[in-house]
Amino acid sequence: MADFVARRPFWSLLIAIAITLLLWLVFAVWTPGMEASFGRKRVFLSALFNGITLGALYFLVASGFTLIFGLMRNVNLAHGSLYLFGGYVGYSVGNLTDSWLIALVVAFLAAALVGILMQVLLFRWMEGQDLRQTLVTIGLSIIFADLLLWSYGGDTFQVTTPDWLSGPVQLPFVVALRSNGEAVMMTYPFVRIAILAGAILLGVLMWLALNRTRIGMLVRAGVDDRDMLAATGVRVQLIFILIFAFGAGLAGLAGVVGGTFQSLQPGEDTKILLSSLVVVIVGGMGSIPGAAMGALIVGLAEQFGSVYMPTYAVMLTFLIMVAVLAIRPQGLAARR
Amino acid sequence: MRKALLAAVAASTLVMAAGAANAQDKLKIGVMATLSGALTSGGEDGVRGVQIAAKQAGNKIAGREIEIITVATDASPDSALRAARKLVEQDKVQLIIGPLSGSEGIAMRDYSKTVPNLVMINGSSGALETTYVNPSPNFFRFNSDGAQWMAGLGEYVFKDKGYKKISVIAEDYSFPYTQVFGFALGYCKAGGQIAQRQWVPLGTKDFGSVIANIPDDVDAVFLGLGGGDAVNFLNQYGQTGGKAKFIGGSIMADQTVLSSRGAAKRLLVGTPTSSGVADAWDDPKWQAWVKTYQEAFPADKRFASPSLFATNYYNAFNALAIAMGKINGDLSDGGAKLRAELARTELDAPNGKVKLDENRQAIATTFITEVAELPNGDLTNKFIKTVPNVSQTMGLSAEAFKAVGLPSRTNPECKP
Repeated sequence: MADFVARRPFWSLLIAIAITLLLWLVFAVWTPGMEASFGRKRVFLSALFNGITLGALYFLVASGFTLIFGLMRNVNLAHGSLYLFGGYVGYSVGNLTDSWLIALVVAFLAAALVGILMQVLLFRWMEGQDLRQTLVTIGLSIIFADLLLWSYGGDTFQVTTPDWLSGPVQLPFVVALRSNGEAVMMTYPFVRIAILAGAILLGVLMWLALNRTRIGMLVRAGVDDRDMLAATGVRVQLIFILIFAFGAGLAGLAGVVGGTFQSLQPGEDTKILLSSLVVVIVGGMGSIPGAAMGALIVGLAEQFGSVYMPTYAVMLTFLIMVAVLAIRPQGLAARR
Repeated sequence: MRKALLAAVAASTLVMAAGAANAQDKLKIGVMATLSGALTSGGEDGVRGVQIAAKQAGNKIAGREIEIITVATDASPDSALRAARKLVEQDKVQLIIGPLSGSEGIAMRDYSKTVPNLVMINGSSGALETTYVNPSPNFFRFNSDGAQWMAGLGEYVFKDKGYKKISVIAEDYSFPYTQVFGFALGYCKAGGQIAQRQWVPLGTKDFGSVIANIPDDVDAVFLGLGGGDAVNFLNQYGQTGGKAKFIGGSIMADQTVLSSRGAAKRLLVGTPTSSGVADAWDDPKWQAWVKTYQEAFPADKRFASPSLFATNYYNAFNALAIAMGKINGDLSDGGAKLRAELARTELDAPNGKVKLDENRQAIATTFITEVAELPNGDLTNKFIKTVPNVSQTMGLSAEAFKAVGLPSRTNPECKP
């Protein structure tokens, strides 16, 4: 942090000003003039929070994607299918057991198992052949999509929100003043806040695991130089399987999360794949902080876009990607 | 050995060819329905409607065995075009029932003009333009359009419900445009105000910002959503703890949503809506249709009662069967006789009598209803009243209707 400020005083100042401005916008009571030019404060706040929680969902998916890429140089284009698969499994399990948490765990395990099978049965045999691996993952994603359509049909499913997560909560932000001067507080769905908290917790745990544990050390070494790591006698194949399982499991888990606060249906797989591709390109391939940053940016861009320029909302995300590719092609947080 | 093998291959080829010849004797009917995307549940019910009608007809039309070929679309015009091309070019189908969704209908109007011998009977699509702007001589619609389905609702919510000012949330394509158009015609004339219109893409997942954008000072929110979008919206609206009153579009408060899983649909109880069907209408013909529908499929494979889609597809098949019966199934003239016959076919349908106008567009009954909860927990549309013989011009003269313009995001304006 201090290092960044010392190297880039100008950019640091700009970022600091932007953050202060944002905080002021969040906490201040908006004057009628501001409401006239920016729209109502509730809309702004809701877009902000929705963007952040959507970013949390994207982070869950993209972190697994970026880990797999960083370690194995494998662009897993079937990652979206794992998301949808996990979501459907979570939906079925949730219906059977009436427990959201069990659904989460089972979806994680099921998707992880599929991930292990993919690594052991397919990718092991074509290591280092990037193009072939990518094509195989495209093929897999098509097969998965058809299998899922076959077994679940084209209907929209929603994972039932558990009672302890549903309903609104009041946030300590004033969105408007009533005519008698009484402040109207912002209400927000509790489930989205829980998802955000969960994603942050997971991000911190992943960062700790990567930077403070032995396995994390091995993974980081593998990202930097896979051959050297293997030469020192580490069983890289095991680490590959582990990471693939974890990344796939995260996608499955995200499927349940996405199915809870949005919904599941065919086509969701490619949509989420596209989003996570943009996320990792913006954030930098193979970097967890990059995935977090990219997910936040893409989530916010989608939500603010849909509020303030609905017709061009889809384009905004890609404009950001193009801008990042033009200015900083390696991604915002990547080292190389 | 080799010769035997070759002979076997030749024989089986012959058998297959014979099979193909047999199949050609059957009358092929293509059915297009939205079996993926946001309107899936409606598409599935439409297919059920056709299946029931075909079963009632003994799987025969004009004495010929029929073969039904179902193709899936996803509510987008290009998916409908692909599906129709597949039916016409690959399956050699001359009769098509479909499509289901508004913009698909407009695409099919144009496509059917390019295939002169095709006869297309609309499934359930309800955009105004489909039969109003440059109508196709091959395209017949035995259901009302989205505006006709709204006839009388605007006056009803203004006068009886007292909703003086509303906002609109609807999907951004032709059918919801038409619905809001039809609603606004009556509502604004009665004196109502539309404070805001929010148009969301079909298949929207995240309604958070849209919900936050609903103005505080409106009496009710008109919802022109359908299928998965409707369920998504209600779920997310419930999560924010909102308390607004709703007015339902024709496929918002219909069985595709009222039969969905989860508790969110309960938000709709008390919502006034209007459509081409009313779940709890006590007319004997309607009750008989409900009973037929319920007996045809097990309870978990259908809705509590037939949706608008099932009824429209059922009617479309019956219209085709009646007209084909009159001309003894003679399609040798490229369908000219069938087209002439269809144009004068009058249908005594479960949801009231239907006849066609000169654009081959239905003049039919509209039902104003209100969502209510049955003792067993199912939701139903309680019958309020009918608006009989609604024509496409909504009771206006042709010129006056033309002067209003076509449905769009902003038309008709609704200024006090």
